[in-house]
Amino acid sequence: MNNGKRTVTNVVFAGLGGLGVLKASDIFADCAVFDGYDVKKSEIHGMSQRGGSVTSDVRFGDEVWSPMVPLGEADFLVAFDETQVDHNRPVLREGGLIITPERLVGIYGPMNELNEQTLPLTTRNFNVAILGMLSLHVPFAQDNWEKAIRANVPEGTYDQNLSVFHLGRRFGTE
Amino acid sequence: MQPDRKLLSGNEALATAALHAGITMGSGYPGTPSSEILEEFNKGGGFARWSPNEKVALEVGIGVAFAGGRALVTMKHVGVNVAADPYFSVAYTGVDGALVIVSADDPGMSSSQNEQDNRRFALAAGMPTIEPSNSQETYDFFLEAVRLSEEWHSPVMFRMTTRVCHSKSLVKFADESFAPPKPGFTRNIPGRVMIPAHARPAHRRMRDRLAKLQAWNETSALNTVHEGDAALGIITSGISYVHVREAAPDARVLKLGMTYPLPFERIRQFAQSVKRCVVIEEGDPYLVEQLRMNGIAVEDKPEAFRFGELNVNRVRRILANDTSPETVIKGGKPPELCAGCPHRMTFLTLNRLNCIVSGDIGCYTLGALPPFEAMDSQLCMGASIGIGLGLRHTLPQNEARRVVSVIGDSTFFHSGLTGIAEMVYNPPKNGHIVLILDNGTTAMTGMQEHPGTGRSLDHMAAQQILPEDVVRAMGVANVKTVGYGRELEDALSEAMAQDAVTVIVMRQPCRLMKVKTPAPKCEGENDDE
Repeated sequence: MNNGKRTVTNVVFAGLGGLGVLKASDIFADCAVFDGYDVKKSEIHGMSQRGGSVTSDVRFGDEVWSPMVPLGEADFLVAFDETQVDHNRPVLREGGLIITPERLVGIYGPMNELNEQTLPLTTRNFNVAILGMLSLHVPFAQDNWEKAIRANVPEGTYDQNLSVFHLGRRFGTE
Repeated sequence: MQPDRKLLSGNEALATAALHAGITMGSGYPGTPSSEILEEFNKGGGFARWSPNEKVALEVGIGVAFAGGRALVTMKHVGVNVAADPYFSVAYTGVDGALVIVSADDPGMSSSQNEQDNRRFALAAGMPTIEPSNSQETYDFFLEAVRLSEEWHSPVMFRMTTRVCHSKSLVKFADESFAPPKPGFTRNIPGRVMIPAHARPAHRRMRDRLAKLQAWNETSALNTVHEGDAALGIITSGISYVHVREAAPDARVLKLGMTYPLPFERIRQFAQSVKRCVVIEEGDPYLVEQLRMNGIAVEDKPEAFRFGELNVNRVRRILANDTSPETVIKGGKPPELCAGCPHRMTFLTLNRLNCIVSGDIGCYTLGALPPFEAMDSQLCMGASIGIGLGLRHTLPQNEARRVVSVIGDSTFFHSGLTGIAEMVYNPPKNGHIVLILDNGTTAMTGMQEHPGTGRSLDHMAAQQILPEDVVRAMGVANVKTVGYGRELEDALSEAMAQDAVTVIVMRQPCRLMKVKTPAPKCEGENDDE
């Protein structure tokens, strides 16, 4: 159909209500816009606000049509909670990559046990750390990440969010 | 980089278009996926208000448009059911200014009780209807809808769906600007007072207007053809279009932007220009039925694809006549009542007292799920009271006394009031109990204000109506306001031992409210206090 050439990159963000899934996908989508791509993003609001499963699809490329990632065509499944990996697995294409907070949890402990007084990582910026891990696998310019984070986090928390983003990048490579 | 384009959801794009089109007033009732439209419009400086329900919201919009203003009225698909009465008749009367009614449909029911296809309402009422497929079209088509409404003196339905409302895509704004509306009242009694003698000619005028609109739509720029291989032709509209373009990039596609009244000649020509002609539409076979009735032979989709949303995978299957079982992504963790939510204790109490609970629509509907399983019915907004009364009328005394109607504060004002009137007017012999769960907000849809909160849409101070005052004034003698836990349990037990009509208001603020809703403000107060 595209002569075998892939022109659209598909990312599915999955987590639970309250984990910042939608905020992270907003930052990611903005960053793709700043990088000059056509971008579409799809999410379901409503009952998911009450702690249920939340997913958000972001697609970027030369020309994106549907806002929903077709089944079996996701390049990345970004899970904000380990429990959301298994049932979402069918969205991935063959060879697609799953990004989970496992490494961060291994080092800092589960999100609900984070000590906000002593750690750079908090329950509120955990999502940005995961974006840091994802950033190693997509072609966006560093400047655009910074711009996108700045556009989406409360004033005054930007520096902290940026340092957590780099924390994610560091643990994503090690 | 494309600095002239912004990544916007369909709802944000519509709100921006409403600002650019000089909408005089936005009215509506919150309902997913439509709620953000008026909030965004208001944030951008537009004048918007939440009404107690969709019927009133539409009536307010009709008044704005009768006065020569430009009205935007928003609701979700089932809201049009509530507003159906004025909806059908405003199609007869037409308007002086502009009236655009947004129906945000929810195929797949991401947060609704049914997946009705409101294109049926277009056909049934004779309401011109426009459907966008992404944020850019939402912006462009809304401007066109306002123009059309004003030029043709006709209300227009703007039908969106969840994926159009809540998906984000890039939007470029128009350069042109709208002249401000010119409000002014022109008396037109035969045109606007729909007594039968006036309504009969009004119906003929409406059909005449629709015939002209249909002729106009034959060449309208709202409908477009993507030239492609004539081997496969696809007729589609709304969100289905983007799935089609991805699933069948080589096909020739007729995309209908205005789906009522339909441009049959144009469609006929298209169908004749291709070898195979398939209609791809989400939900009901609305287009298929209309085309076949007009002698245009088209292929439809297998019945299995009537349910739920379409997507690229499903469109590929329809085109390949593939009806093998589909892979379904399981829903994952279901929603549940928040930690510390006052409804949790309430449902435990209702369970402990073995109540038969006639429920309603709101967060508290989650009381039907485990671990509570404490809600026995839920159909539509306000139905808790009427259904509870029917149960009371019918069940033997020992069961009848266990029936409790449970309704939230916002829903109470939306359509519980008439239920209370029914209860007072026609009380069952064993009386009845209505429990109003007043958490001080419309929590379900994201903490919107309503007549009981004492704040208007923009969170400024407003006259507050207390449910206790209303039901007392309506003639309920036993009215109690309680906190939760023991107090609620005692009040319920006492009421269940009597054959009287009782209203219990359980007042406990929503746990999320502190975070999301600012304290009431007065005119002139600073925003960033």
